[in-house]
Amino acid sequence: MSAHLTILRAGPGLTVQDMGRPGYLDMGLSRGGAVDRLALAEGAALLGQADSLAAVEMAGMGGEFQADQDLRIALTGARMRAQIDGTTAVWNASHLLPAGARLSIGPAVAGSYGYLSVGGGVQGDLVLGACSAHLTAGIGAVLKAGDRLAISPDAGGATGMTFDPEDRFSGGEIRIVASCQTDLFAADVLERLQTTTFRRDARANRMGVRLESDGPGFHVSGGRSVLSESIVPGDIQVTGDGTPFVLLAECQTTGGYPRIGTVLPCDLPKVAQAPAGADLQFRFVSLDEAVSAERAAAQARAALPRALRPLIRDPRSLSDLLSYQLISGAIAGEEDVL
Amino acid sequence: MQDFPIIRTAGVDGLLISFAAALSEPANRAALAFRAALESKGWAGVEETSSSLVSAFVRFDPLRLSHAALHRQVQALLDQHDWYAADLPGGRRFWRVPTVFGTDLAPQLGQAAQAAGLSEAEAIRSLSQARVRVQTIGFAPGQPYLGELPPAWDIPRQKELTPRVPEGALVVALRQLVLFSVTTPTGWQHVGQTAIRLFQPDMPEPFLLRPGDEVQFTPIDPETLARMRSDPRGGASCETLA
Repeated sequence: MSAHLTILRAGPGLTVQDMGRPGYLDMGLSRGGAVDRLALAEGAALLGQADSLAAVEMAGMGGEFQADQDLRIALTGARMRAQIDGTTAVWNASHLLPAGARLSIGPAVAGSYGYLSVGGGVQGDLVLGACSAHLTAGIGAVLKAGDRLAISPDAGGATGMTFDPEDRFSGGEIRIVASCQTDLFAADVLERLQTTTFRRDARANRMGVRLESDGPGFHVSGGRSVLSESIVPGDIQVTGDGTPFVLLAECQTTGGYPRIGTVLPCDLPKVAQAPAGADLQFRFVSLDEAVSAERAAAQARAALPRALRPLIRDPRSLSDLLSYQLISGAIAGEEDVL
Repeated sequence: MQDFPIIRTAGVDGLLISFAAALSEPANRAALAFRAALESKGWAGVEETSSSLVSAFVRFDPLRLSHAALHRQVQALLDQHDWYAADLPGGRRFWRVPTVFGTDLAPQLGQAAQAAGLSEAEAIRSLSQARVRVQTIGFAPGQPYLGELPPAWDIPRQKELTPRVPEGALVVALRQLVLFSVTTPTGWQHVGQTAIRLFQPDMPEPFLLRPGDEVQFTPIDPETLARMRSDPRGGASCETLA
């Protein structure tokens, strides 16, 4: 019998997500999938499994979970306060969730989207080759209290592993490349795009993030109309009032608003994870520089399994301290762990 | 402006091949045919292709296939044919879709007719007699852009969005019709309502319409539409075009 994870309490933005369903762009269905794919890859590395397996994405707020069998879990993405039966569970780490224990995950304290990965992966309903919920297309649904998620068999492996994630949870500089409509914008508007400090608006979802700024909007010279054209995640669309929107995983497949540039795929998690109010700046880079950055990001992702290290446990929380072999320097009592 | 077709990058992992700056029949045919050719090539490093109204789009892995190499391959393929003279896609079908024009189910028929300089009766006659073609599927899953309507229908989108237009809605602007596959906000004017379901993810054929298909919207009354709600195709009939 396969294991199940029951949702006892659900934040408002819990969905099953994987790497999405490519191949249906021509039929108007965008790829979708986790808005921070790197976080899924990190969860997979912590559990020593394929990053194609589905996990639970938690927008802004977690929930409470209980398993009917022992499960290995990993917590990645936006840091949230997590406890297993009242004991702190470190973020960016793998843990054992014993059968019957309560995993409680609170609001995000850094970033926007947290991920709960499970050894074996969440066994969602396969629709068009993927399990991910695509809410705007009507595929899948937001998870709610009482839902029971089937978990695929776990090949097994270590728990109690951690790593240092790439910092992408507080905004910052975002690299962009020119898009097919960048040259519709006047040079001074493009210059201003790069010198403006934007704030991530509270209005954001899996489709996109709205950016606020002081000063005038980023209008197209002459206000010319643009024919509806293919759009991709990362595109920065400028709406009629001059406000930029960065498109995310669940965007539409065509759009009629002009695009001023496109965010590098490897920098897109930084946009998605920026909390409301966080500062974001854009910088144009050449296509060559962008491809080099993508290559470096792919290499870092491939190296994740080698970046793991055992969690160092805080002796203050160890009831069985005396049973541990204490080697000088191996246990750092000041660290906020476990 | 450079001569069409033009090849432009769309982000770090996309290439857009555009056949015109504005919608035209030949450019639409060129986009559909060129996308089909790209798809059949199956080039290593190409991950997905699609077409929009007048462009073909390629998503690729720039770490496996360089921008320069893909650009060269695409240019060579462009040079092989007069894509503007290409045939429409094979296996096209003709759909008749029962539609309620106006009434409270499609409350913007009056204002759209007025914008087009027609009476409501004339507007219904014009829209229901037009045999339009699926120019592209996009925006939402299975959702067709249909054209081209007579010149009177070159009416702009509304400035204000209508917050919620239901699935199956027939909307008009810019000599085009769009038939909604999901409930969505829109600036297009809601002139008709159908019971057709264009995207059914759990069915063997999840997407009902294909680019190149022809469609005519036949007028019915609201009671007839209500009876058609239980049919996933909303009473639509389909025949294969030779």
